Amino acid sequence: MFDVIVTLINIVFTILILMVLAAVLVWAERRILGIWQDRLGPNRVGPGGILQAAADMIKIFFKEDWIPPFAEKFVFVFAPCVVVITMLGAFAIVPFSPGTGVVDLNVGVLFFLAMSALAGYSTILAGWSSNNKYALLGGMRSAAQMISYDVFMGLSLMGVVMLAGSFNLREIVESQSDMWNIFPQFIGFCIFMVAGVAESHRLPFDLPEAEHEIIAGFHTEYSGMKFGLFFVGEYLGVLLISALAVVLFLGGWMGPLLPPFIWFCLKTLVVVLFIILLRAAIPRPRFDQLMAFGWKICLPVALLNLVITGAVGLAIG
Amino acid sequence: MLTQLNTLWQVLKHTTTKIDTVEYPDEMPYLAPRYRGRIVLTRDPDGEERCVACNLCAAVCPVDCIALQKTQDDNGRWQAEFFRINFSRCIFCGLCEEACPTYAIQLTPDFEICEYERPNLVYEKEHLLISGTGKYPDYNFYREAGKDVGVKGKGAGDHEKEPVDIKSLLP
Repeated sequence: MFDVIVTLINIVFTILILMVLAAVLVWAERRILGIWQDRLGPNRVGPGGILQAAADMIKIFFKEDWIPPFAEKFVFVFAPCVVVITMLGAFAIVPFSPGTGVVDLNVGVLFFLAMSALAGYSTILAGWSSNNKYALLGGMRSAAQMISYDVFMGLSLMGVVMLAGSFNLREIVESQSDMWNIFPQFIGFCIFMVAGVAESHRLPFDLPEAEHEIIAGFHTEYSGMKFGLFFVGEYLGVLLISALAVVLFLGGWMGPLLPPFIWFCLKTLVVVLFIILLRAAIPRPRFDQLMAFGWKICLPVALLNLVITGAVGLAIG
Repeated sequence: MLTQLNTLWQVLKHTTTKIDTVEYPDEMPYLAPRYRGRIVLTRDPDGEERCVACNLCAAVCPVDCIALQKTQDDNGRWQAEFFRINFSRCIFCGLCEEACPTYAIQLTPDFEICEYERPNLVYEKEHLLISGTGKYPDYNFYREAGKDVGVKGKGAGDHEKEPVDIKSLLP
């Protein structure tokens, strides 16, 4: 009984903190992008503008929540929920520190991969149910991108799994007590970051919603809180990819002096900043370039990385 | 690949560069003296209206936002009976200022002329007239030129020459 209550508290707190973080991240990204573009960003509401996050939420709650008459109603409502549910579900396996974390799954890595793949359905369903050609184009792009980038996202993680000898994220973190995985698995880390950014539809891989080409892609027809859910889902995705990169490659909560949880947050913040920097600096590629990069460069490199890791592992024993 | 990394580095370097934004209501941007903002009608150093209602500004105005009516004072000098500028149409091009022969109409470095209701943007003469001389503090049109209406003889102005006898060949 006690266990159940502790788990429930863990779940509630994780979800609450994540939702708040996702909202604050929207503001933080706007500020940081502003600084990198020599502007200020939103700095008026509250100290340093931090209440802009609250203002945005209030605004989006009170917006008209409109379902177009030509849309497939049930799927249209269901699609934005999928991305948030899967992203929050994936967070269940993230070990924030030795004591915290919702669940200790033995198949943690696989669960994360499954959840991030399921999140792709959100955009596809949204694109299809909107009954709008631009939304459908965005959904198709999302589908193609998800299929090609999921493949080597999984492959890039296999090196880490080999080194740790486990799919359990907690054990993977503990296996990095001597050396962070980023050093033996640098190629794996690079590929994971590329695939992760592509999975969360962030620039430079935001082709499913490329506003210059297809209006807003899969969420063209969405407004109000349903659009807000897509937004929250995207930023949860950023947080998830950053947290996973920290857990799998950057030693998780390990670090001197500071408490483990603080270390985890600091490392995650650095990765989040890096993803925002990517958005600030790198333009969006053409769709065929995206596909070619995925299949012709990332997949072979990931396979090669896997083979070399396996060979070295065999040789060392 | 290297160019991408270079791009990332170049953007990251902007963390410490100076921010260009001017936080406007708290901090006023520098406006040059010749900034083209709200239009005013100036007075000469004696405090009289400079405008002689010649209609050149209204004629040159590309959006036809100036309307005025000529009248004459007791001396026979021209004045504007009404002078109206519709600032909801004005594009602040400054052509009226260039056209004005008496430096009466001038653009000022003030752009804060927002109103909640559109009719309030129509400025009448009493709104446009200022008590000062604007950009040309010592200039008084009637001392330099102007037709003989009994106030000043022809050619008797400050920098004015006597009229040339066009019937004579002498220099």
